[in-house]
Amino acid sequence: MSSNKKYWKSVEELNENSSIVETLRQNEFVEEIPTDEFLGDKETLESSSTSRRDFLKYVGFSTAAASLAACEGPVIKSIPYVNQPTEIIPGVANYYATTVADGFDFASILVKTREGRPIKIENNTDAVTNGTANARVHASILGLYDNLRVKAPMKGGKDISWDTFMSETTSKLSGLGDKQIVFLTSTIPSPSTAKLVGEFSEKYVNVKHVTYDAISESATLDAYEAKYGTRGMANYDLSKAMTIVSVGADFIGDWQGGGFDAGYAKNRVPEQGKMSRHIQFESNMSLSGANADKRVPLKPSEQRLALAKLYSYVTGNSVGGAKLSEGLDAAVKSAAKQLKKAGSNGVVMTGIQDVNAQTVALEINEYLNSKAFDAKTTVKTRQGNDKAVMQLIADMKAGKVGALIMNGVNPMYTLPNSADFSEGLKKTELSIAFSMKQDETSVNAEYIAALPHSLESWGDFEFKASHYSMMQPTIRPLFDTKQFQDVLLAWNGNDTLYRDYIKETWEADILNGESFNKAIQDGVYVGIPSEGIMAENVTAETEEETTEAPRSNAATALASSTKVGAMELTLYTKTGMGDGQQANNPWLQEFPDPITRTSWDNYVTVSRADAEAKGLINENVANGGLNGSYANVTVNGVTVENVPVLIQPGQAKGSVGLSFGYGRTADGLKEEMKTGVNAYPLYQNFSAVQEVSIEKTSGTHEFACVQLHNTLMGRGDIIKETSLEVFNTKDKHIWNETPVVSLDHVETPVTSPDVDLWDSFDRSVGHHFNLSIDLNACTGCGACVIACHAENNVPVVGKTEMRRSRDMHWLRIDRYYSSQDSFEGDNDKKDNISGLGSSLSEFGEMESPADNPQVAFQPVMCQHCNHAPCETVCPVAATSHGRQGQNHMAYNRCVGTRYCANNCPYKVRRFNWFLYSQNDEFDYYMNDDLGRMVLNPDVTVRSRGVMEKCSMCIQMTQKTILDAKRDGRPVNKDEFKTACSAACSSGAMTFGDVNNEEDKITELVNDDRAYHLLEHVGVKPNVVYQTKVRNTSEA
Amino acid sequence: MKKSYQSLDDNYLYNMKHVINRTISSKLLSFGFMLFLTFSISLNAQDGDPVNGKNLFNANCAACHKLDKDMTGPMLRNVEMRLANEEGLDREWLNAWIRNSSALIKSGDAYANKVYNAWNKTAMTAFPQLSDQDISDILAYTAQPKPPAPEPVAGVVAQPAEQGIGQELILGALAVLFGLLAMALILVKRTLNRFAEAKGLDVSEVKRKPIWKAFVENQFLMLVTAIFFLLASGYFAYGYFMQVGIDQGYEPVQPIHYSHRIHAGVNEIDCKYCHSSARVSKHSGIPSLNVCMNCHKSIGEVSETTLAEGKEYGVDYNAEIQKLYDAVGWDGRAYTGETKPVKWIRIHNLPDFAYFNHSQHVSVAGVECQTCHGPVEEMEVLYQHAPLTMGWCINCHRETEVNVKDNEYYAKIHEELSKKYGVEKLTAAQMGGLECGKCHY
Repeated sequence: MSSNKKYWKSVEELNENSSIVETLRQNEFVEEIPTDEFLGDKETLESSSTSRRDFLKYVGFSTAAASLAACEGPVIKSIPYVNQPTEIIPGVANYYATTVADGFDFASILVKTREGRPIKIENNTDAVTNGTANARVHASILGLYDNLRVKAPMKGGKDISWDTFMSETTSKLSGLGDKQIVFLTSTIPSPSTAKLVGEFSEKYVNVKHVTYDAISESATLDAYEAKYGTRGMANYDLSKAMTIVSVGADFIGDWQGGGFDAGYAKNRVPEQGKMSRHIQFESNMSLSGANADKRVPLKPSEQRLALAKLYSYVTGNSVGGAKLSEGLDAAVKSAAKQLKKAGSNGVVMTGIQDVNAQTVALEINEYLNSKAFDAKTTVKTRQGNDKAVMQLIADMKAGKVGALIMNGVNPMYTLPNSADFSEGLKKTELSIAFSMKQDETSVNAEYIAALPHSLESWGDFEFKASHYSMMQPTIRPLFDTKQFQDVLLAWNGNDTLYRDYIKETWEADILNGESFNKAIQDGVYVGIPSEGIMAENVTAETEEETTEAPRSNAATALASSTKVGAMELTLYTKTGMGDGQQANNPWLQEFPDPITRTSWDNYVTVSRADAEAKGLINENVANGGLNGSYANVTVNGVTVENVPVLIQPGQAKGSVGLSFGYGRTADGLKEEMKTGVNAYPLYQNFSAVQEVSIEKTSGTHEFACVQLHNTLMGRGDIIKETSLEVFNTKDKHIWNETPVVSLDHVETPVTSPDVDLWDSFDRSVGHHFNLSIDLNACTGCGACVIACHAENNVPVVGKTEMRRSRDMHWLRIDRYYSSQDSFEGDNDKKDNISGLGSSLSEFGEMESPADNPQVAFQPVMCQHCNHAPCETVCPVAATSHGRQGQNHMAYNRCVGTRYCANNCPYKVRRFNWFLYSQNDEFDYYMNDDLGRMVLNPDVTVRSRGVMEKCSMCIQMTQKTILDAKRDGRPVNKDEFKTACSAACSSGAMTFGDVNNEEDKITELVNDDRAYHLLEHVGVKPNVVYQTKVRNTSEA
Repeated sequence: MKKSYQSLDDNYLYNMKHVINRTISSKLLSFGFMLFLTFSISLNAQDGDPVNGKNLFNANCAACHKLDKDMTGPMLRNVEMRLANEEGLDREWLNAWIRNSSALIKSGDAYANKVYNAWNKTAMTAFPQLSDQDISDILAYTAQPKPPAPEPVAGVVAQPAEQGIGQELILGALAVLFGLLAMALILVKRTLNRFAEAKGLDVSEVKRKPIWKAFVENQFLMLVTAIFFLLASGYFAYGYFMQVGIDQGYEPVQPIHYSHRIHAGVNEIDCKYCHSSARVSKHSGIPSLNVCMNCHKSIGEVSETTLAEGKEYGVDYNAEIQKLYDAVGWDGRAYTGETKPVKWIRIHNLPDFAYFNHSQHVSVAGVECQTCHGPVEEMEVLYQHAPLTMGWCINCHRETEVNVKDNEYYAKIHEELSKKYGVEKLTAAQMGGLECGKCHY
């Protein structure tokens, strides 16, 4: 019933009179060709001594000269191995199971290597840990080929040898007396490393190990530790939850280490009339809020109260505290009612960084006896301890610390009080930073120990209790690097290699007699749950000092601790950038944020009402680019100046959001990557929620926001959605109607062959590929976008080009906002207002749609139309159709007329305005020899002036076919994959051969929910979408 | 996966041994037979049979030993005599050494240990299966004197030189003759003119229009010529531009003169023995040097006849093998570890935007290598046989029938498609082999 709903991508579109929107609807290319610019000055033109004839002469001569010069062929040399390793065959990919663990992201992965170099990260489908690869993990492979990595150990800015490093540091370490030696590391949930640090502390006196997470989960850990005895986090298997209530927890994003989206998506697809119900209370518009069935925007202070009340309504205990506003209270009551009804099928999560709040969430889940809640399989991917970090800084300032050994942390950038740390660092006798980069911290340390990349290292990790993941190198270290553990071994006077050390540890403590080689091959190992060796704590301090215990009555404490601010800030991590350690990764910088669709920036998100009150504006300029005001953001006297402002629909009134991870300043970054502002100074006391004041400053910021790019020309029928109730009770044609067109004044379904302009080919023979995208399962996480980048050598174009809507992403995830009801309803209402009283109340109500829109994500790539409009307009037949359903693009044939892009109803074709490889103007990964090692050798690197687009990973389908042919067998069921479908951990994307009845795709294509984009155009796409169903029932 | 390749490699090795033995031994056999005929009378002092000895030597010893040169093991010419003269060791000692050298070393035998230490402490493979008679035969073979190097066949080289001189002479004589004739004619003309003058006749030529002027004035002829020249230049220009970027016949000088003629032609080594990745990969692969060393570890020199053949091409094959040893770091007895990878010059260069997969053609379609690469087995220096243009690819796809035999993959699609097109056998083009996206992505 809701298929006649109106969708909008930007606030700008709500403005009826906006010329921009009108322009974008009418024109493919927003800007007029600026002929005046070069033809404008008539006088200069006429006075020029170069006549038109001269010009033609020059052109003719230079063309002839250039073509003559091109006649000489280059001599190409080929250098084979002297002694070829047996596992490497040039042209054949090898896969290795390993782990990416950088202290923020943890994932079990498969790495595809070609001729010995890793070129792509894929999901390890055997992995039973939480660690599926997100966009950042997929992109982390580019960090391996980062030319700005530290290439040898350094001292005082100069390269030194490892021998010098080892001898100097060893003698210094032993000459420290009884001063503290402190390891400051990111979370390393590694049994072998813990053992190594233990051995180190036996050899040296007064050793401390402080774990520091840049983005703290300390409160969660404290609450869990107080309740269950081990330091960790509860595990949530959301595939077992039917009612999910989240209070400020972005569990599809990076909440508690992330990785919950795959389980979540399983119950989001209606099966036998049932799907989960998700209620989200939050301030910023997060991925989780965007996916929720019901989203309640509220200020952070109200979140605390709401959680306490939720506890009260669920358990029946009174909690006291202030009163919630009427609307909110009703929402909390309703959520509590649904939770109680769901019983053990319900689950509650909270992202409030407060021991009491976390305890309340644990208590509600225990009360519900939630099946999704698992307190036994402790999640160990966050170990940081705020108090210990603070204590360390105090000790450093007091001169108590003799040696500070840092690994995987960048406190000078991520600490709110980095000045204190800097002061302390100066008083520390020996400081060593294990780092891949000359970052803010390592340049201030005495020594930089050059660290290898995850893909060059050995390691073992315990993501969850007795769920292990193995890290093995996929390439020999590119530079003169040594991993932290190898240096530790040397300091301990142990001359075994870390690999052998891991083997010893595993064979002794973990494997229970099973094969170590098999564990390496699988990359994962699930042991028998026991008291892990991780429990060994090397910190000298007792636990009471470092952890905060929740009050006995946590909910009451939570309710009474609420402090309301006029304006409250919630700091968050962006899907692309996380905590900011991959800031030099151009793929991630160019990755548009799923919610704001803005790349290359962070910004303060404000609600529309607050923006109007403070005079903050967003406007779209003629070329479709977004401009915004600047504001100063002040927390407790600390001001971050000139933060761009982005008006975010769905942002709770009285709250603002700002993301971490930007505003890097160190040398280890290219100039273009030093974008955005650093939000860490506002992260005081490691609290993501702060009372804040916002003040408008002068100037206009230019965003690289792709929101209004490639709009679908105002045509409807893009997103189809319905409610679970309608879906279950009504016929398909009510909620997923096939469009009709007029044929001899009779309405005929567009799928009928009678209305077709074209003769259809018989596509029943051989393979015929289709891709199904389930709008219900898609969480908008963007892993597919990066996977597509890596697989298809998609270039990075930079901020200014992005702003000009010249982004090259073959796969974009469109984000649509929709109001509760249709806009026509709003208009009727507006016209009927009479009198002051009526206008005040009704205008007020009308504000609500844009204030809290529903969100839908829709990945769009080339739809591979069987009747493709692009193919018919190409003057040189550069794009044509294959029998297998793919729309082919022959780059070498393309002359760049761009007619195809003009004629494409889906706006998925991308034009190479420039040469993006080996061009100093685009100094990203394709401009240096090292960065180009990541390129997929099976896919052409496109040149300037040609059109490109999604090929439906034809290189992958062709390979699958060839493998089958070589084996002399039919292609197996579900064997066909594309980069995006393989990267999709939520199962939203399914690829396959519709002529194979066993393939899952065959069922999906014929599903009742299936529809095509803009079906009335009649282009018969090979990409099929599944209607979004929202579980709107309040009961 | 790794395991399976390991076994594949082993397989090659196994096959290879047979190939070498067969080819080399058969060649040497005939050569040796001639030698035998020449020297059999004088050399039959020992009780062994040198012909059988030679076979046994090639089968068992030649992998590590040569007659006149140290290799993995010491050279063996007159080994028995040398041992007896220099060390005072008898046949008994030799038998013990050959049948189980390590036992002899262990027993503490002084000379055995000396040899063992001198040769990198590599124990010789034990040959318990050799009978006394076998050993006698082998020793008889090693006791044969070194044959003199065959005299170069001078006639072959000399003959064309003589021919050249003869032709030049004839040509020179003819030139002189024609010169004399021309002079005579001029003289005759001058004399006649003089006669005419003397008789008072006017011999000045009638002023005729020069032919070129007449030609220029004839507009029709001019037009025809102009058109002719235009068309001709168009034809040649087109021809010229069409060959730009086509390197058919490209025959670069390689850093090591590797003769496909000898390897693939004379010795009939399967192409895919060296270019093994053609079976499974898009690349046929330039063989790594360890593949060369599978055979060349024991083939350090070519036969005299082969060497003579090389002279015709101006190549010293033995020097070329030496280049391989330098590159791979082989000092004749062991690997030194100092390698110098060979920078071959690539002959077949497809542009980056064209995807070609060897395994599809070699393993699936069963196309012979020669179909595209030409008579490689006859090429002393490899050159590009095919134009490698798209037209050439497409043409083959149009004409070639799909090889569906014993391939389950094609079972369904071939049946349906051939019914659709009404043909017995489908061509690659009908299978979709002309679609752009099959090669360009």
